[in-house]
Amino acid sequence: MTVHGIEMLNIAAGALLLTAVLVLWRREITMIVRIFALQGVALAALVAVLAWDEGSAELAVVAAGLLVLRGVVLPWLLRRALTGAAPGQRESRPALNVAASLLAAAALTLLALAVSAPLVALSPAPATRAIPIAIAVVLIGFLVLVTRRHAVSQLVGFLLMDNGITAAGFLSSAGIGLLVEVGVALDLLLVVLVLQVLTGRMRETFGDTDLDELRELHD
Amino acid sequence: MDILLAAAPLVIPALGAAVYAIAGWRPATAHVATASALLSLLVAVLLAARVVADGPIAVAALLRVDAVGAFMLIVITAVAVLVAVATPAHLAAELDAGRIGTRTVTWHAVLVQAFLAAMALAVTAADLGLLWVAVEATTIITAFLVGQRRTRAAVEAAWKYVVICSAGIALALLGIVVLGHASAHSRTGAGLDWAALALAAPQLDPAVTRIAVVLLIVGFGTKAGLAPLHAWLPDAHSQAPAPVSALMSGVLLAVAFSAVLRVKVISDGALGPGFARGLLIAAAIASLLVAASLLIAQRDYKRMLAYSSIEHMGLLALGAAAGGPLATAAVLLHVLGHGLAKCVLFLGAGRLLQTTGTSRIDGVRGLAARQPVLAGAVGAGVLALLGLPPFSLFASELGIVSAGFGTGIGWAAAAALVLVVVIGAALVTHTGRMLLGAAPEGPGAAPAPLVLPRSTAAALIVGLAGCAVLGITAGPLSVLLEHAAATLGGIR
Repeated sequence: MTVHGIEMLNIAAGALLLTAVLVLWRREITMIVRIFALQGVALAALVAVLAWDEGSAELAVVAAGLLVLRGVVLPWLLRRALTGAAPGQRESRPALNVAASLLAAAALTLLALAVSAPLVALSPAPATRAIPIAIAVVLIGFLVLVTRRHAVSQLVGFLLMDNGITAAGFLSSAGIGLLVEVGVALDLLLVVLVLQVLTGRMRETFGDTDLDELRELHD
Repeated sequence: MDILLAAAPLVIPALGAAVYAIAGWRPATAHVATASALLSLLVAVLLAARVVADGPIAVAALLRVDAVGAFMLIVITAVAVLVAVATPAHLAAELDAGRIGTRTVTWHAVLVQAFLAAMALAVTAADLGLLWVAVEATTIITAFLVGQRRTRAAVEAAWKYVVICSAGIALALLGIVVLGHASAHSRTGAGLDWAALALAAPQLDPAVTRIAVVLLIVGFGTKAGLAPLHAWLPDAHSQAPAPVSALMSGVLLAVAFSAVLRVKVISDGALGPGFARGLLIAAAIASLLVAASLLIAQRDYKRMLAYSSIEHMGLLALGAAAGGPLATAAVLLHVLGHGLAKCVLFLGAGRLLQTTGTSRIDGVRGLAARQPVLAGAVGAGVLALLGLPPFSLFASELGIVSAGFGTGIGWAAAAALVLVVVIGAALVTHTGRMLLGAAPEGPGAAPAPLVLPRSTAAALIVGLAGCAVLGITAGPLSVLLEHAAATLGGIR
């Protein structure tokens, strides 16, 4: 990989992590969705750099597909899930405050570095060295998923995890095959559609999309 | 010919879904599902015979039906037949009560067929990636079935179900990516084809494979209802309509668990049997503890059945941890026995809910006097779950526990045995209170007629009879079980 290629790769990977941390930091739902769209662009850029480096037309097509799906379609679906809600919705009672979540993000990034050491050791190529960042995005996504109490921000947490996994897939040497890649993208799109419909039903039956209202079922 | 046969378990329910999508649900199409399930069962039996005689059947590097796949297809289609027979009466009662509309009924029929197709794909996929896509597809398809009634509780259950299962299964996808990384660097060209990976396992980098195995077992374990990520299961299984609960509890959990078994083969080859064993024992004991602690004071009979599913998944994990051909055969037999018994119980519970209007255990009294056939089926089903003879769960639980004592994890088997006894006592107490005693008097006690529809009665009795016959002799199935155990032992 050329020096320029490595630089571009690092910028794209850095943008991936930065946007994940920003999602953790911000509280306004519309802002979170906007940042998520930016992360989709960063992910597409990352794959585009890999495509350019390997001169692979297939990867370039995948990058374009990622840009459309994660930069445009998914954020659009999330915004649609928000319509009908009061404007300027914020996370009302997040389980973790800003300082604690940022500290947790730092800890998770260190954890990701430690955990993915064997992956990097197996093939110390520039792309592989960025895998810990992808793993960190997965972990931060998981943190968002479990600490946020608003349906749409929980959904964004799930999508952050998925962005991280996709990035890890492209950064590791193998990838998972084009057919499976398409299947994964389709599944993801459908999950978001299902959750969007459920958000609508939640608003119908509960009058809100605050997940603290979900306490009908317990033992 | 073989290719057609191998693709049929996918194609038949897909055609069924198309029929319902075009023609809708009406009296003339009500038994398309039954025909589809019976035909699929026939295909599964033919496939099993072919696989036992000639070895695995592969289709274009995408599908491979081996002994495990053929056995799982038999489990799926056998339970699907019972469910299909009982579904029309269930849906008719829901329609009459005005709880759902005709549009919802058509959706129900389409989605159940798609659900069966996705499960068939999951057990016959040759590639771990395709397996993942199929398992995630089952979550998407069943989400609307869980939330079908659109009440607050149903919407909540559907949300938790999709979020927890999708997040859990995302971990499995990360595991697949990591395993793919290890596979690419092993220079064996195995890719993500799990049979090739099982052969190439000794060449996989152990440190990377270890990460992958943890992620895969936790991920697919989530979908199989193993603790600690089991929280979705009691909600989803209690809120879904009865025929869907029967499929989810009876087969979907087992389909996800068969993915865990596939991963274990790779793990054993790369890391030795100790690594996956440790993880599975932890999951088994945690699941049994969760089930026992929440069953003792359980107040809802559908949730009671759901926690009992967590218990049985824990037992499967214990059997898989023990490993070896006998334990593996017992695990697979347990999958079939539990599938049939749990299907009968959920179908019975659905009828109970329709006739009593409550899912609370203390809302049901003196069932034996008022609905003797239903009470008999529920009582016999619970006895089957407890692992009493003649039901097949007796033989399989015995096989699992004795294999545990035989392979040096006797402490885990002993702990499991204690928890199983506690769970059994709780189940007997709760069920006894529902079946026995005097019938409640007064208005509102019987909102629906108390004659069990003939089709439902047939499904309940055939399911219990099947479970009992299996307990006496597995018959020709025993050869298939031997082959499947050999496949999962990495021998064939």
